[in-house]
Amino acid sequence: MQKKEPFFWITFFAGFIIMVFLLLPMFKMMTAPSLAMLMETLKDKDVMRSIRLSVVTAGAAALISFVFGTPLAYLLARHEFFGKKLVESIVDLPVVIPHPVVGIAILSVAGRDFWLGALMQELGIRIMGSVTGIITVLTFVGIPFYINAAKTGFESISPRIENVSRSLGATMVGTFFRVTVPLAWRSIVIGFVMCAARAISEFGAVVIVAYHPMIAPVMLYERFEGYGLRYSQPVAVWLVTICLSLFLVLRILTLRTKDNT
Amino acid sequence: MIRIENLSVTFTGFSLSDINLTVDEGSFSILMGPTGAGKTVLLEAIAGLTPVKKGTITIGTTDVTHMPPEKRGVGIVYQDYALFDHLDVRQNITYGLRYHAIDTERAQRTFCRLVEDLELSHLLKRSTENLSGGEKQRVALARALIVEPKILLLDEPLSALDPAFREDIRRGLKRLHRELGVTFLMVTHDFAEALSLADRGAVMHEGRIEQVGTMEDIFQRPVSAFVADFVGMKNLFRARFTGTQAVIDGLTVELGKTPENGTGFIAIRPEDIVLSRERPHSSMRNTHTGRVSAIVDHGLYYEVVVKVDMVMFVALITKRSLVELEIHEGMPIIIAFKATAIHSF
Repeated sequence: MQKKEPFFWITFFAGFIIMVFLLLPMFKMMTAPSLAMLMETLKDKDVMRSIRLSVVTAGAAALISFVFGTPLAYLLARHEFFGKKLVESIVDLPVVIPHPVVGIAILSVAGRDFWLGALMQELGIRIMGSVTGIITVLTFVGIPFYINAAKTGFESISPRIENVSRSLGATMVGTFFRVTVPLAWRSIVIGFVMCAARAISEFGAVVIVAYHPMIAPVMLYERFEGYGLRYSQPVAVWLVTICLSLFLVLRILTLRTKDNT
Repeated sequence: MIRIENLSVTFTGFSLSDINLTVDEGSFSILMGPTGAGKTVLLEAIAGLTPVKKGTITIGTTDVTHMPPEKRGVGIVYQDYALFDHLDVRQNITYGLRYHAIDTERAQRTFCRLVEDLELSHLLKRSTENLSGGEKQRVALARALIVEPKILLLDEPLSALDPAFREDIRRGLKRLHRELGVTFLMVTHDFAEALSLADRGAVMHEGRIEQVGTMEDIFQRPVSAFVADFVGMKNLFRARFTGTQAVIDGLTVELGKTPENGTGFIAIRPEDIVLSRERPHSSMRNTHTGRVSAIVDHGLYYEVVVKVDMVMFVALITKRSLVELEIHEGMPIIIAFKATAIHSF
């Protein structure tokens, strides 16, 4: 075997440290609670309710991103227009804003002294301390991930394929659903998963908009503050387990389609 | 019939301007030009896939300038085939049928005929992803033709193929055109390909049409220095005309007739120049003595560069003549060409 150069060992060693750094805390946390404690937590109605709320609100945020983000992603992938770079920067904005700032920004719009807040109150829509509020915040932080993934997917499809579809008699709408979406499907699912993953991990923005009803990260925080590390660990384990299995299922689904085509 | 009048298309950094072109019903026409001349853009404009800034496009008697592509009845086959990779071969071919009011029986007949003609029957259930280039090209052709377009646009359909397949597809195209009676407009930058397929053509250069005419016309009587060079007229000279003669760099050439007013060029195809060791006793009006300054091997033929006074002529000869004439660099040689072989413009 060829002798490895010192540079190889530098890269190898750096990689190894990172692996340990990422995996060790996760492993320690996952193995800290006893099975009995985990089972007990499973029966804790508050914990289960918060995890369910987390999954549902993150899913809703991803769904909203999918419905509204797909057309924008397509627009950005296909068209050049004045101010496109600006629009792309705005899409990326939630990634760089500190999380509590997002919460405060959303509350500023929802306040009674702003016309939109007043209008929503008229209509009986409440942001502060509501599921609506949580979904709003999660969509805000998650949508960049969806749009960017979907955009990359659309960009990878040659416009010529759509052109051919048009020349064969399909309208743009028909082309989009019969050609573009089936070809970009995998990127769309990946974007959906990434958006949901980002949403489910959000804490800072949610805690400002809605401490109650409690999503899992807020519940974790409360357990930690009130009872300490030992009592927050089982909640963390269940949250991570459920998230990972959901994402695993989605990944398997997308991979399987890849084999079929 | 396609009639294009004063067409202009503008992008950032590229434009088509003042395109005027008529393509006859049922003809096989060719659009030639080097890379970047705007051939593909013109095709896409005809298909309605690129917005038109100014001018009109008429197909038959209908003004289609602002009609969406799906209403035009114009098929397009791209160089990179643009197959639908999420569908199998059969689904690719039948993709467009649902948008056309073709009755099932007729569609079935066309399908069978195209599949047979293009030798696709053993591929119908295959995924498009692992087909060869030639197979992909045939699928793209069948897919475009099954919906019975009035016009089929072909964007360099042969250039991405192996030379071995190229001849096959070329023959296939010619046969399909003859049998279906669809108007074919094909883009190529290969003049030999154009000559073997089409009866009429146009040469494009930098977003403009340089010349329209029969292939014969374009080949024998180019209207500009660019076209002459493009079609392989290697002997292209700026000349001054006096009576029936042209003077190139002090060398007088007999044209046999008074040239029409042009831009002041003469051109001679290299294969029209005859090389010999002795003055030929033939009807050639122009014979000059020069010196061989270079011999370039092109495999099947040789390009011999002959310097006469200050003027460089290029002649093409076969390997056999090269050997027979014992041509070598630096030797004196006589070049001869007919007055009728000289094209002036």
